[in-house]
Amino acid sequence: MKVHEYQAKALLAHFGVAVPRGEVTDSPAEAREIAKRVGGRAVVKAQIHAGGRGKGGGVKLAKDPEEAHDLARKMLGMTLVTPQTGPAGRVVHKVLVEEALDIARELYLGITLDRSKGLPVMMASLSGGMEIEEVAAKDPNAIVREALDPSAGMFPFQARKLAFALELSGDSFKKGVAFMQALFRCYVETDSSLAEINPLLVTKQGDVLALDAKMNFDDNALFRHPDIKEMRDLAEEDPLEVEASRFGLNYIKLDGNVGCMVNGAGLAMGTMDLVKLAGGEPANFLDVGGGANEEQVKNAFRIILSDKNVKAVLINIFGGIMRCDIIAKGVVAAVREMGLSIPVVVRLEGTNVDEGKAILRDSNLKITPADGLADAAQKAVQAVR
Amino acid sequence: MSVWVGKETRLLVQGLTGREGTFHALACRDYGTQVVAGVTPGKGGTTHEGIPVFDTVAGAVKATGANASMIFVPPPFAADAIVEAADAAVAVIACITEGIPTNDMVRAKAFLDRQAAAGRAVRLIGPNCPGIITPGECKIGIMPGRIHRPGTVGVVSRSGTLTYEAVDQLTRLGLGQSTVVGIGGDPVNGTNFIDCLKAFKDDPGTEAVVLIGEIGGMAEEEAACWVAGNLKKPVVSFIAGQTAPPGRRMGHAGAIISGGMGTAADKMKALAAAGIGVVKSPADIGKKVREMLGA
Repeated sequence: MKVHEYQAKALLAHFGVAVPRGEVTDSPAEAREIAKRVGGRAVVKAQIHAGGRGKGGGVKLAKDPEEAHDLARKMLGMTLVTPQTGPAGRVVHKVLVEEALDIARELYLGITLDRSKGLPVMMASLSGGMEIEEVAAKDPNAIVREALDPSAGMFPFQARKLAFALELSGDSFKKGVAFMQALFRCYVETDSSLAEINPLLVTKQGDVLALDAKMNFDDNALFRHPDIKEMRDLAEEDPLEVEASRFGLNYIKLDGNVGCMVNGAGLAMGTMDLVKLAGGEPANFLDVGGGANEEQVKNAFRIILSDKNVKAVLINIFGGIMRCDIIAKGVVAAVREMGLSIPVVVRLEGTNVDEGKAILRDSNLKITPADGLADAAQKAVQAVR
Repeated sequence: MSVWVGKETRLLVQGLTGREGTFHALACRDYGTQVVAGVTPGKGGTTHEGIPVFDTVAGAVKATGANASMIFVPPPFAADAIVEAADAAVAVIACITEGIPTNDMVRAKAFLDRQAAAGRAVRLIGPNCPGIITPGECKIGIMPGRIHRPGTVGVVSRSGTLTYEAVDQLTRLGLGQSTVVGIGGDPVNGTNFIDCLKAFKDDPGTEAVVLIGEIGGMAEEEAACWVAGNLKKPVVSFIAGQTAPPGRRMGHAGAIISGGMGTAADKMKALAAAGIGVVKSPADIGKKVREMLGA
């Protein structure tokens, strides 16, 4: 799960990570007041989940509260297009107004999981403001990494190692070490999957603060963080994906026109690949899961059809735990309820396959049966031509 | 021949008395697996479907000589179940549970690593996996037993249903399997590709290997590197997610392209460079194995 910058900073501050003074608002008048409170000069930052906001005009410096008001008025409600939003962009509903600081240096600090080690790793780089992937591609040695054990916490020597690599000294060195330890505590205790401070700011006065902050959270751990779960912003997500998640379905909308309903994440990806190989474009990823009931299957089918781009549906089921008869019943129920105006190709294999095929056949619905993976994909792609 | 599990395996089931646990424990027993014990804290001393239930894994091991465990414990408690089984020195631990918090797995893996360093290594398979099966001998997990046949192709995979698909293709072509291992779709897991490849290399009963990967992480690249220098047996590979968009989690917690890393294209390139027969279509896995075996 993703959160906004202002939410990430509130969490960080709670764990003692230094962040600029600031407040979030959806009103230009309030933006003016916040600017006054933080010292007059302020930075107004559009709050959307996608990065690269500065490039799209979503981060601006206001020289006084009046300009903060004007900038907020321009930003609120605007559709912000950044390199990460895609051409459609995102509508700005909130702005963060923060104190403007005297920048001496911009660095990079991030924590994510190192899968090979099975441990979180903190990464530091002198190239603040640059995408870390870009730094890694150019010069992998420019990134210093320290694997950390969540049970033991971050030892001071580990933080010192990174602080030296960041060429911090004097007061900034001490502040940097404290910053890193607090950041790691926040990462672990909130079950983050990513905590990225880019840039990490060193001010002319020697303070070390998170100028920007991005945090993602482990969906599997949200059950023990109701406060973080509350931060989910449905406006930032695709409406169909939000609806699918309500039914416990894994659905991701794509740009093609062949709707896919599959059981299992790997087979669902494999089915998308097959559609592409057959010359078509998948409209979605959808994993109905191993233990779906008739109701879930029905909803899955309905969600696929709600995508107006979909011109044919490919149902590919290899029943292990999932029973083919349940899939068939769900599909028949959904079609009876919604009607069917586009071709549906069904490939069933595995548990109760004969019962499933019989249910589809006896329904007298116009459903095209397929034998095997390749045949199913070809028939579905042909159907949209 | 087989890898890690076989006729001699004595299975205990953690979470036996739950709905899923019961259903699959019985399916395993029907397949021929010796299911010797269940563990549900608080239900020790009872029997469930004819299987004795214990309060602790250590108690179950002591009483029944169990040497493998299958875990169906719900996600918030599953990492604890893994550690309990490891602490009781259960040799093979297959964790089926999906949705375990990553931090829990990080801690569980650290426990396993410390234990291995102390000379008491156990093998964790999964989590978030279908389990492991040696056809005709022992099934530990949720895979449909009947699609498998005893034979000489070793299969290792990050995906569940895609594994069934590959196995089904092999069986239909008359190519049986030595052992099929699902290593799971989570970013932190126990047994990895290389562990399985090493075991298949050393197993005289395995003549070819199918490796099914997916987007996310570097495990396939690491496996390719190992194969290039170490494995002479033919390997066939499919990578799911060639059409997956970057930055989106495709069902599995570990299936995500982040920062340009973990794309299917990179993985397929690395695998092909190692001499592995990479297929673009999951429908071609069986055929490619037959071709490479010259059968």
